[in-house]
Amino acid sequence: MSHSTEEQNKSENNIDLRFLLSYLAQGSGKGTSDNGTPGFTLDVDLSIPGQGITAFFGHSGSGKTTLLRCIAGLEHAQQGRLIVNGETWQDDNTFLPTHQRPLGYVFQEASLFPHLTAMGNLKYAMKRAHRHSLGPEGRHSPHLRHSGEGRNPQNEGNQLDHITHLLGIQHLLTRHPHQLSGGERQRVAIARALLINPRLLLMDEPLASLDLARKQEIMPYLEALHRELSIPILYVSHSIDEVARLADHLVALDQGKVIAAGPLGETLASVDSRLDLGEETGVVWEATVEEIDRQWHLARANFGGGDLWLRDSGLEVGQRIRVRILANDVSLALERHEDSSILNILPATVTEIASGTEGAALVKLDVKGFALVAKLTRRSVAHLDLLGGKPVWGQLKSVALIN
Amino acid sequence: MGLSAADLSAIWLTVKLASVTTVLLLIIGTPIAWWLARSNRWWKGPVSAIVAMPLVLPPTVLGFYLLMAMGPNGPFGQMTQAIGIGLLPFTFWGLVVGSIFYSMPFVVQPLQNAMEAMGQRPLEVAATLRAGPWDRFFSVVVPLAKPGFITASILGFAHTVGEFGVVLMIGGNIPDETRVASVAIYDHVEALDYANAHGLSAVLLVFSFAVLAALYSFNRNRRSTNLNYGVNPS
Repeated sequence: MSHSTEEQNKSENNIDLRFLLSYLAQGSGKGTSDNGTPGFTLDVDLSIPGQGITAFFGHSGSGKTTLLRCIAGLEHAQQGRLIVNGETWQDDNTFLPTHQRPLGYVFQEASLFPHLTAMGNLKYAMKRAHRHSLGPEGRHSPHLRHSGEGRNPQNEGNQLDHITHLLGIQHLLTRHPHQLSGGERQRVAIARALLINPRLLLMDEPLASLDLARKQEIMPYLEALHRELSIPILYVSHSIDEVARLADHLVALDQGKVIAAGPLGETLASVDSRLDLGEETGVVWEATVEEIDRQWHLARANFGGGDLWLRDSGLEVGQRIRVRILANDVSLALERHEDSSILNILPATVTEIASGTEGAALVKLDVKGFALVAKLTRRSVAHLDLLGGKPVWGQLKSVALIN
Repeated sequence: MGLSAADLSAIWLTVKLASVTTVLLLIIGTPIAWWLARSNRWWKGPVSAIVAMPLVLPPTVLGFYLLMAMGPNGPFGQMTQAIGIGLLPFTFWGLVVGSIFYSMPFVVQPLQNAMEAMGQRPLEVAATLRAGPWDRFFSVVVPLAKPGFITASILGFAHTVGEFGVVLMIGGNIPDETRVASVAIYDHVEALDYANAHGLSAVLLVFSFAVLAALYSFNRNRRSTNLNYGVNPS
């Protein structure tokens, strides 16, 4: 993923988009959108990988929802270009209306039709997905990795079973939306969005309207989607926790502009002061469990640039895991301390030092090609005489397993 | 206090007029309500005012202008003559046209309120589920605005039954053609035939009470069909 100044954007397997959308400063009559703050301008130009989960991350008012609505065609950008895996959805001469875009959309708050049961809501999507699969479009894209080829009535039944099972909603199908909890409603809404057989799934803060317990309830289903879906997912969130757990790629937005974009690991390690995550500054690494130490209840996982020791919480050898290392939990030393209680001590090289707020400094490190960020006091930076290129030992006080 | 054959005929004519008017008004009023609920253009104000005007105008004024328009020299009258259906004043269909104008706000406003209460979101959801504009209207708007449609039908019907001034202006008093119940009552009173006036009046009184009682109990648990004629609280 890169800003589309590069030429590789013509690739079939990308979502290329450019939107310019301004809301007039004086409240004109055009106030239908949620984010239609007067004076707000969205100006983005991006190329997003055509697979995996890409998170649009930003604080409220950053334009992430407006961007998602532009992609869905719910918002009509004055200037826009949108090419999804080789198909033009919008450019100077084209504007596919929302109902002609093969996408699924999960709204932030409950969006089930109140006059239909959960099953009625699912059927609403299936009926229309079926209608479209008869046309030349949409025949290719069995978006579930394990579902059959193409669509026909038998597969449709299988697909319904598979998706209701995936989201754990089989027992809820006869209920009306008002008889469901917030989390259950959102799971039905996700199932409905999948049953339309989309080639792109858009999710607008699907967890934001839920309390913590409900979030925990849905998260495993979202992780299952991540494993099972072959279509790209664009996921809007203001929670770095959700992003760290789910996303493969990250687009950070601020005041309608992209401030960072790229693979999750690299982008989170950016010490750009505009991407201010405060206490949540840190990196996410993927690793493979290679050894379980039964005696000490520890697991050794390789992240590509070395080994990490983690508390064994029922891990299995060969399992892929995601770990998060907060900048606050990383300290630096010039020599390797063998007499430390810290389990994970990695050799690293200083690549960049940025001053943070209140006397703090963010030190970006390279661990055999993997980025790590440490938050130190400026005094420590001066005391250790840290400079770009200097070899150090990174001491990881805590490595959090996030899935 | 039995009803005479003429009175029964007047009641039948009233029911027929109200039914035809209500059906036509639902067909005409739905797009108008939809447009008023969705649009933000400057002419929304004037159009709303035109729709609501029968609420404040004396029916005689409305009837007078309709009579002029539908008469031999009026634009509408010339049109109806040109297409070969003759002149509408003093016919049943002339009353239907008058009633459509007269009862328009009672149909459009409940529909508009229901459509506004529904908001934009269900339509956006339907669009992301590949429903085109007509599909969205019939699969989402109609079911969600159903209480509005019921209210609109009841009010449109009941208000047409209660019509008097407009009928007198453009319909006159022709038995079996334009003599509806309200006009028949007026006739009885003019003729000092209070017994028959009582009978017919009682029928209308009971009818009105029954309709409104049914409507308000239906509306008690609904929030999307407020009967705030013309004035939107939002």
